[in-house]
Amino acid sequence: MAKLTIDDLKKIKEKTAKETSLRDGPASIKITVHMGTCGIAAGARDVMSALMEEMAEADRQDIRVVASGCMGMCSSEPNVTIESENSEPIVYQLMDSNKMRQVFKRHVLLGEVQSDFALAKM
Amino acid sequence: MRELSLHILDVVENGITAGGNCIWIEIDEDRKTDHLKIVIRDNGHGMPLEKMKNINDPFITSRTTRRVGLGLSLLAAAAERCDGTVRVDSQPGKGTEVAATFRYGHIDRAPLGDIAATVTTLIIGNPGIDFVYSHRIDGKDFSLDTREIRSEMPDLSLSDPVVIHHLTETIRSALKTLMLDEGNFEP
Repeated sequence: MAKLTIDDLKKIKEKTAKETSLRDGPASIKITVHMGTCGIAAGARDVMSALMEEMAEADRQDIRVVASGCMGMCSSEPNVTIESENSEPIVYQLMDSNKMRQVFKRHVLLGEVQSDFALAKM
Repeated sequence: MRELSLHILDVVENGITAGGNCIWIEIDEDRKTDHLKIVIRDNGHGMPLEKMKNINDPFITSRTTRRVGLGLSLLAAAAERCDGTVRVDSQPGKGTEVAATFRYGHIDRAPLGDIAATVTTLIIGNPGIDFVYSHRIDGKDFSLDTREIRSEMPDLSLSDPVVIHHLTETIRSALKTLMLDEGNFEP
């Protein structure tokens, strides 16, 4: 039976090349992708995949990503909430993978809120 | 939903909401018998019998953010439209099992889609939860167990996007191999 073997994992570890330190330190930015039925149907998984790629490229240890459920605003899904230490949480609406990349590069990394895509401040 | 893997993502999130800390995802594709089966099991707090009676009724939901619950109803609709069924077994305190069957070659069967992305999205999005994923294609298996990964490679962080990216690629290529492996399969 084929299985994800330790060899596969070792290969993955080698590919990651640099020391993958356990992300146990304090998180200064938390990104929540809302993944209820509504979010998933609207494309939240693609948003999450794009976010993963951007995260992998940026290699920042202080950013956490979590999936959460529907927050009741199904018509504006996919929603993404960005919470950073020094400002109010921002909810983005109608996200797709390109918007996610822009929000990550500009808001998460540079602190510029992308108000064109924003739904609300919380 | 356009892919069955999105239904899986959705139903698994139900199991996590139900307080499970380990989720089993089993997929069995059998092209010879024209059969596809998807089983999702959690060890959450389960459901009492009276809730089970109207499990597929979208207007009965325990959620509070909106008044309709669509996840299971959509999966049931997807299965029934291609000669399949959805069965839900639940025991309070033990967990819930959702099993969906499909006629593999039915014209209305949605494609399985990017199941690798579904599994890794679940892993990174739910850091405290373990996932056991097994996928059988024409009798040959691929499986992944995050409990084993965590115990055998403790320095490989499953919340690292780089690791997740490579894990996704590993699953994709393993499944591709299984798909092509079947030498004597003739559609």
